[in-house]
Amino acid sequence: MGMLLQEEAELSTAINSQTLMGECIMEKKGISGAEAVVLSLLAEGVECVFGYPGGAIMPVYDALYDYRDRLQHFLVRHEQGAAHAAQGYARVKRRAGVCMATSGPGATNLITGIADAMIDSTPIVCITGQVGKHLLGTDAFQETDVIGISMPITKWNYQVTRAEEIPEAIAKAFYIAQSGRPGPVLVDITKNAQTEIFDFQYRKCTKIRSYFPKRKVDLSAVERAAALINNAERPFMLIGHGVVLSGAQAEVKEMAEKAGIPVASTLLGLSAMSVHHPQYVGYLGMHGNYGPNVLTNECDVLIAVGMRFDDRVTGRLDGYAKQAKVIHIEIDPAEIDKNVKTEVAVVADAKEALQALLPLLEVKRYPEWMAKFKECDATEREKVILKDFAPTTSLPKMAEVIRMLSQMTQGKAIIATDVGQHQMMATRYYEFDEPYSNITSGGLGTMGFCLPAAIGAKIGCPDRQVVAVIGDGGFQMTLQELGVIMQYNIPVKILLLNNNFLGMVRQWQQLFFERRYSSVDIQNPDFVKLAESYYIPARRVDNREELGKALEEMLNSQSAYFLEVMVEKEDNVFPMVPSGASVAEIRLE
Amino acid sequence: MQALEENQQRYTVSIFTEDKVGLLSRITAIFTRRKINVDSLTVSETENKGISRFTVVIRTTPDRIGVIVRQIEKQVEVLKAFYYSDEQIVYQELALYKMPTEAFAGSQVVEKIIRDNYARVITIEPEFIVIEKTGHEEETMKLFNELKPYGVLSFVRSGRIAIAKPMKLLKVHLEELENISAF
Repeated sequence: MGMLLQEEAELSTAINSQTLMGECIMEKKGISGAEAVVLSLLAEGVECVFGYPGGAIMPVYDALYDYRDRLQHFLVRHEQGAAHAAQGYARVKRRAGVCMATSGPGATNLITGIADAMIDSTPIVCITGQVGKHLLGTDAFQETDVIGISMPITKWNYQVTRAEEIPEAIAKAFYIAQSGRPGPVLVDITKNAQTEIFDFQYRKCTKIRSYFPKRKVDLSAVERAAALINNAERPFMLIGHGVVLSGAQAEVKEMAEKAGIPVASTLLGLSAMSVHHPQYVGYLGMHGNYGPNVLTNECDVLIAVGMRFDDRVTGRLDGYAKQAKVIHIEIDPAEIDKNVKTEVAVVADAKEALQALLPLLEVKRYPEWMAKFKECDATEREKVILKDFAPTTSLPKMAEVIRMLSQMTQGKAIIATDVGQHQMMATRYYEFDEPYSNITSGGLGTMGFCLPAAIGAKIGCPDRQVVAVIGDGGFQMTLQELGVIMQYNIPVKILLLNNNFLGMVRQWQQLFFERRYSSVDIQNPDFVKLAESYYIPARRVDNREELGKALEEMLNSQSAYFLEVMVEKEDNVFPMVPSGASVAEIRLE
Repeated sequence: MQALEENQQRYTVSIFTEDKVGLLSRITAIFTRRKINVDSLTVSETENKGISRFTVVIRTTPDRIGVIVRQIEKQVEVLKAFYYSDEQIVYQELALYKMPTEAFAGSQVVEKIIRDNYARVITIEPEFIVIEKTGHEEETMKLFNELKPYGVLSFVRSGRIAIAKPMKLLKVHLEELENISAF
């Protein structure tokens, strides 16, 4: 410190260098920037890329041709599919997915996927081609300011205009995407940088001066948290995506078992804890379970781990857990006190924080408190669940289909969902019993997410059964990606729950807009013929008698399979916390 | 000066960043996304080479300012961001006033205005004279209002620049961040 005071005007040496890079792990003299892009990806251990070629990225595609045995490229049918596939891959593989597109429309088509990855903290690295440096700002053919457009929805982005910048830009991209709270990054590479020749050296990025991705666990905060938990009478733990991202499933389970705390999950936290665990009390949020929602307002200590108090979880904030002391364990300091004021904040990785917390916790049991969740379960069973399984027509209900799927896969499949009623039914009734199994678009609510994300998940995890549970609306937003399944023989199972309605919007119109069904009655094509036109075996079922057999056929298929199940047309998802209501005002019917 | 709405306060946000293309957009997007108008903004290099300081004046509520500043700090290339109320900083603005030279002829009124306001003349041309005044917005506006009857041809005011009163150095803040971080 003494020395530092003498050099007041200079920053300490520890933070003097803007970016710290590791040892050179790959080098090659006299190569093009395009080849450097491919080698940089290989140096980062990338095995596959989802993308679409075009003018400004052609040199990179030319280089990919030379490395096609080491880096597999999946040709999507629309760049949005590339971004979502990279997301699905990243979620199951627990590392950054990579997507690639050309300039202009190629780059803008990625945007929805990038925004989805940003709000759901998914690490993806997007590489876009750009017009040559001399053409920047001239409204050249397929020139778009993708740096400007993607700025608010990327964790970081950078435009490369010289070949020499490529290795460091890509190294930083991977480091930033995967560290701390993960997210999407975009590297835009001008065409001249792709063709320039230079001497390539690759070093991984190890640190950036201005970037503090993760904090050490603050033991005094952990002690304060432990004291609150040990003195609690009705503690309640909420687990979110952060638990999945940090791999803290075992710690959550141990904490629940040791301290006797009931655990509920957010939408993106699903599958982090087995639904069969006795301490697991269900799923939070607008269409989550009754108990976890209403009892949020009865707990005395609320322990939120790796979640961000999204409005779909909290409902109206001034009616949310006002009685509780809140402990927030969260890696991103910007989330602390953003929506819910905390008593104790532990700004750290979920796994590391829970490891520090566990030894300080006393062994406790809360039989009366746990019984309250059971009572709520009984109410939900009577008012909601029985109805969800009670047929009113010959058509199956969504819940029946999901429960059957769940039983047939023993809760061990990867379930990718789209957005809407089928998503809520799938996440309510699929009994997740294996981690990293829930792939859905939570924060952004992106219809069209499911199919490409399921493709990415199957490529990332070829040994697991991957089922894309999808609605008839969302399916038609990215159904062109059936082409990827066809071309690369990706054995994704597609389960289309077809009610010939934009069901969730219809439900809102029924409940809040006096049944004025405005633009929700959707005329659909013959989906079976459509799937068959992509040479995917397909079947339609419109009665519950055939359902089991059809699901069995789908699950046993060695190839991709498309199963369309006609479901009850005007089914509603309950419970429901109406928008703007408090969690205590949850509706059961 | 823009009026304050209920619960709003004026804050000066000091942001220390890497000197990188695009950061200005990244930072202003954090305000525009929340429909916060930027009252003034200046950017300059700091005493540390390669590190820029953004000084942004905004109006928002005491509840929101901390959330907003943490969102700024979260940006990869932002080193550290601070927010201050007016009492916690020493701040200045610079204003230039272009007057017709004839306004000075035959009368000492304009000269007296300049004297009374501690302004100074920085350029004299046959057709115009440029006056400079540093101070708070109220002061530079007061001079503008006094000069106005004599024909102000052009008036420009800079954004606020500010220096915080607390003595803690940026590098100490950064060292603290280093110490609590894991890499």
